[in-house]
Amino acid sequence: MGIKLLLGTLAFGYIAVFLLTPLLAVFVEAFRNGADAYFAAITEKDAQSAIWLTLTVAAIAVPLNTVFGLAAAWAITKFEFRGKGFLITLIDLPFSVSPVISGLVYVLLFGAQGYMGPFLDALGIKVIFTVTGLVLATVFVTFPFVARELIPLMQEQGVSEEEAALTLGATGWQAFWYVTLPNVRWGLLYGVLLCNARAMGEFGAVSVVSGHIRGLTNTMPLHVEILYNEYNFAAAFAVASLLALLALVTLVLKSLLEWQFGDSIASSRRH
Amino acid sequence: MAHVVRTAWRFRQPSVIPGFGITFGFAVAYLSLVILIPLAALLLRPWELGLVGVWEVVTAPRVLAALKLSFGAALAASLINAVFGLLVAWVLVRYRFPGKRILDAFVDLPFALPTAVAGIALSALYAPNGWFGQYLAEIGVKVAYTPLGVVVALTFIGLPFVVRSVQPVLSEMEKELEEVAATLGASRGQTFWRVIMPAILPAWLTGAALAFARAVGEYGSVIFIAGNLPMVSEIAPLLIVIKLEQFDYAGAAAVGSAMLVISFVMLLAINSLQAWARKR
Repeated sequence: MGIKLLLGTLAFGYIAVFLLTPLLAVFVEAFRNGADAYFAAITEKDAQSAIWLTLTVAAIAVPLNTVFGLAAAWAITKFEFRGKGFLITLIDLPFSVSPVISGLVYVLLFGAQGYMGPFLDALGIKVIFTVTGLVLATVFVTFPFVARELIPLMQEQGVSEEEAALTLGATGWQAFWYVTLPNVRWGLLYGVLLCNARAMGEFGAVSVVSGHIRGLTNTMPLHVEILYNEYNFAAAFAVASLLALLALVTLVLKSLLEWQFGDSIASSRRH
Repeated sequence: MAHVVRTAWRFRQPSVIPGFGITFGFAVAYLSLVILIPLAALLLRPWELGLVGVWEVVTAPRVLAALKLSFGAALAASLINAVFGLLVAWVLVRYRFPGKRILDAFVDLPFALPTAVAGIALSALYAPNGWFGQYLAEIGVKVAYTPLGVVVALTFIGLPFVVRSVQPVLSEMEKELEEVAATLGASRGQTFWRVIMPAILPAWLTGAALAFARAVGEYGSVIFIAGNLPMVSEIAPLLIVIKLEQFDYAGAAAVGSAMLVISFVMLLAINSLQAWARKR
């Protein structure tokens, strides 16, 4: 009993110090100057445009990576071909790349002194320091989320149901829409949820390509940084508290999915 | 099959399921455009400095100090998480207590919380006038704006990896094994080291390696608490940002490539760890 209590206390203490207090600090600091200051900070013009931009970027990047995830999972799990393992490793690659590097690669391609910079300049197209750059960097960091959720799940489900549907006269598209998709819907939702959380919260990658232009290329995490560096702490924490809320909502939905549909989510215990 | 059919080399097995061409084609094209070509640009760019130039960039004292800090602090953080992550996984799997599910779900917070938010929250806690910082200052411990602050931030973001790697292996382990060991006269310590530890070792190492790999490249949660003093508390990813701001693209790419190569070697190591774990 003694050792049990000791280990339990240590584990709780560790989680309390390293997880609970930072989360608590966000909300306490956000309301340090009262509720009026809090609401002023999150309804102020630059904050509003940062919120809007974060939603826009996620609304473009998440569907792109969802379509990719579905296509990649279909090709990888419904067919046998050479080099499959290598392809899966490549899909996972962005997870092991520093967020800063994820932004850097696009600057090297599209920046003023990038490989395609002069060419794009001649065409009048700007990528770096624009929303396009933010979307690209976000796509890079959230690239594997949907695919790596769907691949093990669809692998497990095999091809027999699709083959049955095809034998019964379904087209390939019908087999996908009426057989595959319903089978993977919870796993897909799970992947999209995690992808979205990362897309909205990404900092390092977008920070490199954004240029931090207030009202134009400033997402919520970048806005938090600007306010913080201006010593406007309460406002920084107010905007941060919205992102912390997003994280909490994500955790709740994620746990609900795991509890309700744990069997149909492949990586609920894997990251 | 009595006779042997010699088949030509084929890229893929025949299948009645349609859609390989379009899904494979799209997936590979998208992967190439978004990930592979940009990464190739990163690996190509430094060489305009020449071999000697790249070497000079990567071995400059400030760069070496940053790389040393990034890898050293990541190692320290993953060691802390290896110990406490195992402990948390153990408590979550073996003990029954109210609120267990909530605590379990909460472990994933560092995955869900944006890194910049974590960064400013940790600064609020550990700054010299912060929640913890003021008491730590009294006993002479400085966390924020020192390498210790970097370790704290990296411990936060790496926390879930070990827990989530070890947890499934622990919960699948048959308790009978431990009971058998106990009946055969093993002490608790012996049971732990001789029965439990060998079973969870691959998953444990994998989790620690994943936490390490993530920590090495981490940026958002670190820069607020680190203070970013050159040669002291400046991490490698920040150095890339600084070089970019000075329009030193090749230098930034050189540091980035060095980090990428080291990360890639680690990814290979993690994959072989996981393959080893599957075989056992």
